[in-house]
Amino acid sequence: MPAPPDPRGLVVCPRCDALHHAPSLKAGGRADCARCGTVLEAPRRISVAEVLALSATVGVLMLGALFLPFLSISSMGLRNDSSIIDAALAFSTGLQTPLVLTVLASIVLLPLARVALLWWAMAPLAFGGAPLPGARAALALDEDLKPWAMAEIFVVGVAVALVKIADLASLTIGPAFWMLICAVLVGTLQEALTDRSALWRELEVARTRARASA
Amino acid sequence: MSAPAPTPAAAASPGEGARVITAREAGLVGCRRCHLAHAWGTERCTRCGTPLQSRDETSLQRVWAWWIAGVLFYIPANLYPMLSTRVLFTTHEATIVEGAIQMAQSGAVGIAAIILIASVGIPVAKFAAIAWLAWSVQRPGRGDGHRRTVLYEVVEFIGRWSMIDIFVVAITSALVHLRVLVSVTPGPAAIAFALSVIFTMLAARSFDSRLIWDGIGRGRT
Ligand SMILES: [Zn+2]
Repeated sequence: MPAPPDPRGLVVCPRCDALHHAPSLKAGGRADCARCGTVLEAPRRISVAEVLALSATVGVLMLGALFLPFLSISSMGLRNDSSIIDAALAFSTGLQTPLVLTVLASIVLLPLARVALLWWAMAPLAFGGAPLPGARAALALDEDLKPWAMAEIFVVGVAVALVKIADLASLTIGPAFWMLICAVLVGTLQEALTDRSALWRELEVARTRARASA
Repeated sequence: MSAPAPTPAAAASPGEGARVITAREAGLVGCRRCHLAHAWGTERCTRCGTPLQSRDETSLQRVWAWWIAGVLFYIPANLYPMLSTRVLFTTHEATIVEGAIQMAQSGAVGIAAIILIASVGIPVAKFAAIAWLAWSVQRPGRGDGHRRTVLYEVVEFIGRWSMIDIFVVAITSALVHLRVLVSVTPGPAAIAFALSVIFTMLAARSFDSRLIWDGIGRGRT
């Protein structure tokens, strides 16, 4: 077996392990794995500060969605406003507690945690400072939480539920519902515009610089 | 948009017929998170700190363990009531499928279809797909690599959407609870179903997709 090549300048497809020379791409370009077609790199023009701004927008919208009235129900002249947090607190009894926690976590708590983690990892870089301790773990956890944050699925669930009980009571959609939809849209935009490998490269550069100056 | 394609490291000439060499064949190990190549035996990625493994040795064991847990919880999720509705002194309980049938009978065929696809179609298809992927990589030379990679990506992407019925139940009960006469509460099936979805997602995430391509490489050379 020949001596292994120098790993510098090489990248590996995470899906199929195919070895490639690191592509040099312009913003907007895309390099796919030569074997399985997985996207290896897709540089974007967006800056770290812009990614953080989008993520903060998601955070603010999520907080609004949590505390403002989500739906109002009126029957027999009585009107009842309910925010997500009201509903969650009203249901946290007995066997329903784990279910309520699962729902609450997947629709708002995990998206909010992702915002906090991304800021912890990347915000000092945007302001020209050294990365905080645990920055790499924070960025990795942010990535790992992605499939468990399900706000977009919840939005479709709300639509289904509204149709389902429309004839039982008259319902009005509150501001929190629209804020949640906006949070989902801005979050999707953020994912689409962010090149994760660029975030990792910037973090590596900042860590090297911080170590050199220490 | 996909140009310029990256050049495979060991390709004789780029394009058709160029044999791709894997990091393992070259004596390297790749980071699955940030894609950086490292010398064999490197413990952690120098860029992102992720532990490096050329192949996840325990992948299939974990896939099967989570898969079995997912299937086991899917059974009570269908046998027990998902939703129990109380009107004064009578309580009405409905399983996932019964609930969908009632929706269809009351005219909401679209909603019934969404619930059935998300709660029955997707989970069952997902169980079958994960089992097939895990089974096929233990028998090299079986199946098309591209097709199985796409299947794996679809499973990862679509599995989460099974949670929709849990959300519908949660919203319905939260809303209707506000009224005096009717009370709707999630039944025991709700938590079983949520756990089944979570376990199946973990099964899919435990799968090391590089195993698909290892079998292909062995089959062809
Ligand atoms: Zn890495």
